[in-house]
Order: sequence, then C-alpha cells, then structure tokens
Amino acid sequence: MNPVNYLYLAALLFTIGAAGVLVRRNAIVVFMCIELMLNACNLAFVTFSRMHGTLDGQIIAFFTMVVAAAEVVVGLAIIVSIFRSRHSASVDDASLLKL
Amino acid sequence: MENLIGLLVLVPLLGAGVLLCGGRRLDRSGPWVGTGLAAVSFVLGVWLFADMLGRKGDNRALDVTVFSWVPVGGFRADVGFHLDQLSMTFVLLITGVGSLIHLYSVGYMAHDERPRRFFGYLNLFLAAMLLLVLADNYLLLYAGWEGVGLASYLLIGFWQHKPSAATAAKKAFLVNRVGDMGLSIAIMVMFTTFGTFSFAPVLAHADQAGEGKLTAIGLLLLLGACGKSAQVPLQSWLGDAMEGPTPVSALIHAATMVTAGVYLITRSSAIFNGAPDAQTAVVTVGAVTLLFGAIVGCAKDDIKKALAGSTMSQIGYMILAAGLGPVGYVFAIMHLVTHGFFKAGLFLGAGSVMHGMNDEVDMRRYGGLRSYMPVTFWTFGLGYLAIIGFPGLSGFFSKDKIIEAAFAKGGTEGWILGAAALLGAAITAYYMTRVMLLTFFGEKRWQPTVSDSGSAAEDGNLPHPHESPKTMTIPMILLAVGSVFAGGLFSINSAFLKWLEPVTGHAEGHSPVGAGQVTAATMVVLVIGAAVAWQQYGRSPVPVTAPRGTLLTRAARRDLLQDDFNHVVLVRGGEHLTRSLVYVDHKLVDGVVNGTAASVGGLSGRMRRLQNGFARSYAVSMFGGAAVLIAATLLMRAV
Repeated sequence: MNPVNYLYLAALLFTIGAAGVLVRRNAIVVFMCIELMLNACNLAFVTFSRMHGTLDGQIIAFFTMVVAAAEVVVGLAIIVSIFRSRHSASVDDASLLKL
Repeated sequence: MENLIGLLVLVPLLGAGVLLCGGRRLDRSGPWVGTGLAAVSFVLGVWLFADMLGRKGDNRALDVTVFSWVPVGGFRADVGFHLDQLSMTFVLLITGVGSLIHLYSVGYMAHDERPRRFFGYLNLFLAAMLLLVLADNYLLLYAGWEGVGLASYLLIGFWQHKPSAATAAKKAFLVNRVGDMGLSIAIMVMFTTFGTFSFAPVLAHADQAGEGKLTAIGLLLLLGACGKSAQVPLQSWLGDAMEGPTPVSALIHAATMVTAGVYLITRSSAIFNGAPDAQTAVVTVGAVTLLFGAIVGCAKDDIKKALAGSTMSQIGYMILAAGLGPVGYVFAIMHLVTHGFFKAGLFLGAGSVMHGMNDEVDMRRYGGLRSYMPVTFWTFGLGYLAIIGFPGLSGFFSKDKIIEAAFAKGGTEGWILGAAALLGAAITAYYMTRVMLLTFFGEKRWQPTVSDSGSAAEDGNLPHPHESPKTMTIPMILLAVGSVFAGGLFSINSAFLKWLEPVTGHAEGHSPVGAGQVTAATMVVLVIGAAVAWQQYGRSPVPVTAPRGTLLTRAARRDLLQDDFNHVVLVRGGEHLTRSLVYVDHKLVDGVVNGTAASVGGLSGRMRRLQNGFARSYAVSMFGGAAVLIAATLLMRAV
C-alpha cells in the first residue's frame, strides 16, 4: 500500500481536529480535537519515518505521546477547576481574567 | 613675615563674622570693632611694607601657600598669597583708605538703625578685596572678585527699604555678572592652555601660548575688568550704585573695588603684552569711557552721580594707560593710588555736605556752603584741585604722565588717544568746577525738604548746614593731605616708577610731543574747562530747577541713553528671544511629543480590540498565522 495515503489520512485528521478547535465551545471537546491533531501529527511522523527508512520520526512520535499525556493532565485539571468555579465548560464564557 | 599675609585677610574677615553673627549686644560697640579691625589690618600692611622696603628690588616678593584648596588628580587649586610691590600698593591703599572710611562711617552712620551690619559688610568687603589683590592664582583672585561683588551688592542695597536702592543693587549685581562670566571663561581658557592657574607659571609662559589664545584671554579679561570697573559697555551700574550710603560710594565705588579691573590688567601684563589686538581693545575701552564718564558727569545735578561719572572717567584713564603696555602700567597704578585719595576725599566731602543738608543731593539746591562748612570746603577744594590736575597736586603728576604716554603710543593712534585724554582733562576741569561752584559758591538756593510723610514742609524744614563731627572731618583732612602730596612724593626721583618696575616692567615712550608741551597743553585745556564752567555757573545765577538744556545735555542726564540702549537691545531683545523660544517650545517640541503620544495612544486603542479574551479567536489567529507562514515558505521554495 502506498504510504502517501497515510499522509492524506493524517492531513484529514488534522483538519478535522483544527476545525473542531475553532468551532466547538465545550472545552472537553476542544481538548479532544487537540488530541486528534496531535495524533494526526504522530501519524505523519511515523509515515515519514517509514518512507525515509529512518527512526527519527518514530522517536519524535514517542516524545509527542509523552508530552500529550502531560498536557492532558494539566489541561483536564484546569478545565475541572474552571467548571467548578463557573459551572460551565464553555471556552467563550472564560473570556476574562476574573470571575 | 609670611604668616602675616594670611592674617591681613583674616582680620577683616573675622570682623565681618563677629559683626554679622554677633547679635544685638554688639550694636553699640560694632562700629568701633569694625574700625579697629580695619586699622589692625592697616598696621599689618604697614609692617609688611616696612619689611619689604628692607629687601632689595627683585627679592621683595613674598610667596606663601596656605593650604591646598582643591587637589583632584592633575587639577590643583591652592590658597596661596603673593605679595609683591603691586599687591603691596593695593594693600596699603585698601586698608589705609578703608580704615579712614570706616572711621568716617562711625560719624556718618551714627543715626542709622543697623550700623553693626553696615560695618560687618564693610569688613567683608575689605577681606574680599585683600584676597583679590593678594591671591597668587587666578582662581583665588576670582573668589575675591566675587566676594567684593557680593559686598558691593549688599552695601548698595543697604537701605533696601528704598525700592531704588534695592533695584540699584540688583542692577549692579547683574551687570557685574556679565563681566564675571568673561573672567571665569578667561580662567578656564587659561587652565586649558597652561594647565595651571598660578600667576607665576601662567605669566612666565605667556609668550609660548600663541597670539590667538592670548588675544582671546586678553579680551575675556577685559570683559571682566569692564564689569567690575564700570567701563563701556558695562558701565551702567555705577551711577545707580550711588544709592548706597556715601562712605560705600567712596570706598567701594570710587577708591578701591572699581579699580580691580586695572589691577587685573596690570597683573596680567604678560598676557596683554603678547596680544596687541587685545591691547587695542583695552585702550579703546579706556578712551571711550573717559569721555563717556566725563560727559555724563557734566550734566548730572546729583552731586554723587556727578562724582560717579567722574570716577568712571578717571578709571577710563587708568584702563587707557594699562592698555598702552609697559609704557603705561606704572602710571595706571600711580593714577589709581592718587585717585584713591582724592576721589575718596571728594565723596566723603559730598557725604559731609549731604549730612549737613538733610540728605539733599541736588547741587542746584546747595550754594554758598563755603562759610558754613569750612573743613569740608577746604578738603573738597583740595580734592578738586587734585582731580583737575592743578600743578603740584597729585592728579597733576599722574594724569599728565598718562596723557604723555597716550601720545607716545605713536602714529595716528597715539594722536587720537592723546587728544581724547586731553579733551577728557578739559571736561574734567569743567564738571569739577561746576560741582565746586554749585555747592560751595553762589547764592543759597536751599529748599525746604519734604518730610517722610510726603507733606510739603514749611520753612521750618529748611536745612541748617553745619560742620560734620570730628570722626568725619579727620578722614577728610587726611585724605586731602594725601591728595595734595601723594603725587609729588611718588614723583620725586621717580620713586613710584622704581618701586613698581620690577613687577610690571617699564619702557620709556617716545612721544612725538615733548613732555613740556603736553604739560602746557594740559594747563591750557584745564584753564579753558574751568573758565567755561565759571562763565556758566559762577557769573550768572543758577536756576533751582534745571533748564531743559540741549539735546546732548538731556542725553547726558539720562547717562547718554545707556539704560535705554540696554533696555531696547538687551531687555527687549531678550524678551523677544524668550517669547519666540516659548513659541517654538509650545508648537514644535511639545507638538512632536504630544503628537507621538497621541498616535501611540490611538494605535494601541485599536490594537486593544484584538485582545478580546476569547480563546477561539486567538486560535484562529494562530492558525491563520501558521497558514500564512507555510504558504510563504512554499512560495519561496517555488520561486
């Protein structure tokens, strides 16, 4: 199978994720869309690694996963504390640096 | 001996400190304390003089460094004194005439409310003036220079409750500031050129500095001298300075302080000798001023202002002589000393007349005082004969020499200067005869004085002229003796010339006119001047109110329009300058600043809208930016 198809898939996933970040209001959904974009990038890295026959892309993909895991921890904590104080997870509601 | 020099300055300074800080308990003894300390410094001066006479010509100078004033790296300013024949002459004049005038003030200021302060200021003046003439470097000289300026300011404005006195003091201070600026810049140029302020190295290496530098320093020194010595163009303060008490006019504004300019030029002789252009400027200033002052003196009805014009004129003679170079230095100083005697005597006489006439200063309201104040009449008369150069009296010897030296300048210049000096002598004879006739001869033209409350007084307020107390007449008599004999004494065997020659140097001039002819011409113009004055004021009665007079008279009454000139050119000019600067400041400078601020403010007002706090709109701009970057990168690759 032609590896370029994987790149098309990665581009598609990234676009879906980006559109979700821009369009959706719910912070959880925005967060999931970001995960989608990260995984699209991982897919592209792995594909390039395969195409060029080197391991660089795979290593970066691992890094991305680690960073994404850390990001989820911090991000979810922020979202939870915002929800607690505002009783809403809408990103548009949190437009001021105060309650 | 060296320690005594410092003491000479310290004694009057101590007096000033004690009198000014001493409080009321010194109110009664203050005048005598001040006078005593002045006399002590005179005794010290005489002692040093006797010591100096004991040594031979070139070894007479004494140098002493008291302490290092400002030692910073390569910059060194010391407090040190240099006592040579030139400073010695000044020390004796300052302390001698100063002591006499202190004594006179005891009587003159007897009815004043604040005599203690007056004597404190007088002592302060003595200290500063002695510092000026004893300093061994220009920086210390400058300190003394400013000190006498301060004392002059304080004393002119001593009666500061009179607005005219307060204004006159301010005027004197401001005009002097212009001259002081010249002197301070001269000292700075000197330091950059020679690397030191001290007289000895500066004057010894003057010839290596190049004529341009020397001319610059010379002209700046001249500016300083013009300010302090009331020479054209900085002369306007001297007439107004007569607002001060008369002893002050005698001591500071006639005998000593105003001669500081002559001292400065004579002291800096090496600099002027190397700068002919600066010397030309000096003689021009001298010649112009001697005529200017004389003309002003002719028209004034205020006795002190007439004498002030005369002072200006006589100092013009000295400056002229000092500008002639080695031919004239000695005679400049000689005239300075004789002038110190007779002019101080004349002023004290004027003060004595005012004392007897309820402080009236208008000579047209005097007349016939001869028999009422015999001592004043005789001492004033001797001073009068001395100043016009009556043969045998002081002024005759010193002024004659200056006129001779002016002719000896040679060429057209010599003729012009000589003629100016001769003309000045004629006018001197005229205005001094006028003062004499108006004051002591003719009918009584006394007027009742207007009392302080402003109501016109009755006949009961007519002045009752009387002779002044002993404390006032004794100094007048001593000064009159000086005015009679000083010139002759100096001229026996050219004593004064031999005394000063080691310091100033001397060269005999080659006059195109013989000495006898000059003397004869001087006598002729003297008689003419005096005769014209007698014709006008002696033979015909003098009106009490001044006639309108010719255009020249009216101009001279207004000090030859000097104040008007200053007002139109400097005051108005300054106002216009500041106004236009304010306009530029408001419109241009403020415009740029305010415009920048306004545009930054407006721009940031618009930029602020971008920061709306919505996370998704930030995300849009991030994506947009990333897209633009990627597009640009691809585009660049494609190209």
